Amino acid sequence: MAGEITFNPDDKYNAFLATCRKAPHGSGKLAGVAVAVKDNISTMDIETTCASKILKGYIPPYDAHVIGLLKAEGAAIVGKTNMDEFGMGTTTENSAFGPTLNPCDTGRVPGGSSGGSAAAVAAGMVQMALGSDTGGSIRCPASFCGIAGLKPSYGRVSRYGLIAYSNSLEQIGPLGKTVTDVSTLMGVIAGHDRHDTTSLDKPYNHIPNADIRGLKIGIPQEYFGKGVDTNVADVVKKAIGRLEELGATTVPCSIPSMEYALAAYYVTCTCEASSNLARFDGVRYGPAPDTKKSWHDAYQEVRSTAFGTEVRRRIMLGTFALSSGYYGKYYAKAQAARENIKADFNRIFKDVDVIAGPTMPTIAFRLKEKSDPLSMYLADILTVPANLAGIPAISVPCGKSDGMPVGLQIMGRMFEDERVVDVAYAYEQEVN
Amino acid sequence: MVDAEDQVIVGLEVHCQLDTKSKLFCGCSTDYRSDGPNTHVCPICLGLPGAMPALNKRAIEYAMKVAKALNCEILEESEFSRKNYFYPDLDKAYQITQYDKPLAEGGYVEIESDEGGERKIRLTRIHVEEDPGRLVHMGNVERGKYSLVDYNRAGIPLIEIVSEPDMRSPKEARKFLNKLRATLEYLNVFDSEKEGSIRVDANISIKGNERVEVKNITSYKGVEKALTFEVTRQKNLIRRGQKIERETRHYLEARGVTQAGRSKEQENDYRYFPEPDLRPLRVKSWLDGIVLPELPDARRERFIVQYGCSLNHARTLTGELKLANFFEKVVASDKSGLSPLASTWIADTLIGELNYRDMSLDKVEPAAITGLVLLLKAGTITDKSGIEVLRVLLDQRFKNESAETADAIVKRLNLAKTAGDSGAITMAIEEAINENPKALDDYRSGKAGALNFLVGQVMKKTRGKADPAELNRMLTEALKNKEA
Repeated sequence: MAGEITFNPDDKYNAFLATCRKAPHGSGKLAGVAVAVKDNISTMDIETTCASKILKGYIPPYDAHVIGLLKAEGAAIVGKTNMDEFGMGTTTENSAFGPTLNPCDTGRVPGGSSGGSAAAVAAGMVQMALGSDTGGSIRCPASFCGIAGLKPSYGRVSRYGLIAYSNSLEQIGPLGKTVTDVSTLMGVIAGHDRHDTTSLDKPYNHIPNADIRGLKIGIPQEYFGKGVDTNVADVVKKAIGRLEELGATTVPCSIPSMEYALAAYYVTCTCEASSNLARFDGVRYGPAPDTKKSWHDAYQEVRSTAFGTEVRRRIMLGTFALSSGYYGKYYAKAQAARENIKADFNRIFKDVDVIAGPTMPTIAFRLKEKSDPLSMYLADILTVPANLAGIPAISVPCGKSDGMPVGLQIMGRMFEDERVVDVAYAYEQEVN
Repeated sequence: MVDAEDQVIVGLEVHCQLDTKSKLFCGCSTDYRSDGPNTHVCPICLGLPGAMPALNKRAIEYAMKVAKALNCEILEESEFSRKNYFYPDLDKAYQITQYDKPLAEGGYVEIESDEGGERKIRLTRIHVEEDPGRLVHMGNVERGKYSLVDYNRAGIPLIEIVSEPDMRSPKEARKFLNKLRATLEYLNVFDSEKEGSIRVDANISIKGNERVEVKNITSYKGVEKALTFEVTRQKNLIRRGQKIERETRHYLEARGVTQAGRSKEQENDYRYFPEPDLRPLRVKSWLDGIVLPELPDARRERFIVQYGCSLNHARTLTGELKLANFFEKVVASDKSGLSPLASTWIADTLIGELNYRDMSLDKVEPAAITGLVLLLKAGTITDKSGIEVLRVLLDQRFKNESAETADAIVKRLNLAKTAGDSGAITMAIEEAINENPKALDDYRSGKAGALNFLVGQVMKKTRGKADPAELNRMLTEALKNKEA
């Protein structure tokens, strides 16, 4: 241990679920840097709840792989951030411990599900934070709170210790005030981990480079079409114009398979979640039922009271979709749709280097604005394609609409995380 | 073979623990049996939130060895799936197993059929999966106050070997299982002596009727017993004109009966889907690197050729790895000289005596049996004395008393043949004839049994030490003299 930092923020936004007042740190690339960690990433000796009552009191006996890497580079883990319960949401309102508020406007949500991490960074409580992105959960709050956030290529960051919501879609990723911070944090967390056999030996050793002359940017029509707020679209178009001024060229393109993206996404994530979340039964951790019932009745009692509404809804949807006779209709079809989306991206990436568009179709919602689950699901339309295809995608602030931040999303070829970072960095350097 | 009207049809699903050093998806040791509960666990095998499986390649190698030995085909690509169900011993609430893409398909096991001769029992598939934990009920399952969970077993690698319904009797099922066990032992991937290392589910039907699944068979003998019970139960039902219901029954080892399971269990929908935390397996090319050792069939043939064993003896001796090794050690000093006697004495007599004592072969050192066989071969003791020596020898070792050699036992108990010591035999013959005048009369009147009776009497007096051939000759002579 090289030192200790005192962390005592005025958390007006309910960004943190747990804070470490005296946070030890070591030496290295992140020596003494305060890093906040989304509460679905296991931290040894620090309560990890996924913002769910069902994990209240759970203190992991081990660190997630990324936490070990952070500590090895001297970072100070200062607290665990609020989120939608188990990552299921786009607003951080689905937390069992109350919503996080958007530091840009406390009447609005910070986005989700990594809303606590984004708010903590946006409010200046920490320099950088870890989030996780299953269908936009890093990029959405980054966009809504006006910071940068990267969803890495699937396999570049170990998921070991990330409490699984949807294994085949999610990645841990960095959030920061600047693209440089995001890049630095990515450099620490990327690389192979033998505990996660889906992780790959592709470390990230990159210093952002703002030279994007000759870069070809694909502009998919679907990202500026129906459902996308015109003001948001205009802000993003202007931002892309700035990239052209920096020497990039734009090429119109289309991702027809996006029509099935949301369906494929919600089938996949609910199926996987129904299985992942089955272990939460109150036997080994979390609140035990005070009951003398038989085990199945006790399970039922715990699970029907300690999971929130959205989590129960997704468990039921996934359980149904995997039921005998339905697998082929839903899960298998969703995987086929994913292949189509991958094929679309592959085709487009033959002609362009990156794809750009808005991160979210709108600015941050007002609190309780998205009370209808379906309208909330629709807000994920621009972020889920990157998860379905596994490709890297970054959100970088690119201006404002109605006084609220708008995010520019850059998606790249598989494992070209460095390139999307460079494009975002070029934009950031240009406007600052 | 044409099946009879009431032909019994059996298929087995055999779960065997692979004897790897660490568990299937984590580094925990598999050597848990002698340690306290929940001492061989980590975040992975406890299914703690966020923990992920990482495949133990050794377990796949072991499973592929089995697949190769059983003539199966390794699939180009196989994958792990999740079998979802709630049960307190299953910490993740799903078991990582293989579903529609198993490691291997096809293959067969050859057994000696009930009609004699070899018969191929076809295999459907072999797949790899993790063992769940174990529940310890305080009191009994239904009425106990509570149950405790031990996750030491969670994550132990298992292979499930599924046969086609090719067996035609409970006895064949047992032979299949014995052959499977022997093969796995020869491959050095399985330890049959570890408690719970094998578990069998059996499907059994009487031709033309619904099949019944019998679960929870945990011993080799149990398979034959459970199925024999089922055959009787099902045939009785048919005889009474009742319909056999398709159901799952549980075998109660202690009572030797099967019992209907609760109907709820049959409604399980396991919601299988590919395990997203593991990549598909493409391991077919590993086959080239897998060298099989001598397997039971090859060793049986070798025993016949090399040691002159009879087919039956060779089959028995090679049917268990330990026994086959034991036999070869016993005869090592003089292969051709000792094997004829050693094969009979080991395959017939020794096994019987061990079973009678429920004693493990491990307690007997091969040299002790070599000593006994040498005495028999030299004609120092009679077969009858041989059995007595063997019993003493086994009793001493079973009770962990000081263990004597066969030689020492013979000397101490004075069991050496009295051949040469004709005085003692002559005296015994004299006594026997004098004490049994009726036998003498019978002999004179030509009753065949009389001579045998008198031989028995002399044997008794000499406590079996007399050489039977020699005794016969002397007794006949003595009787002739009496006539004169």
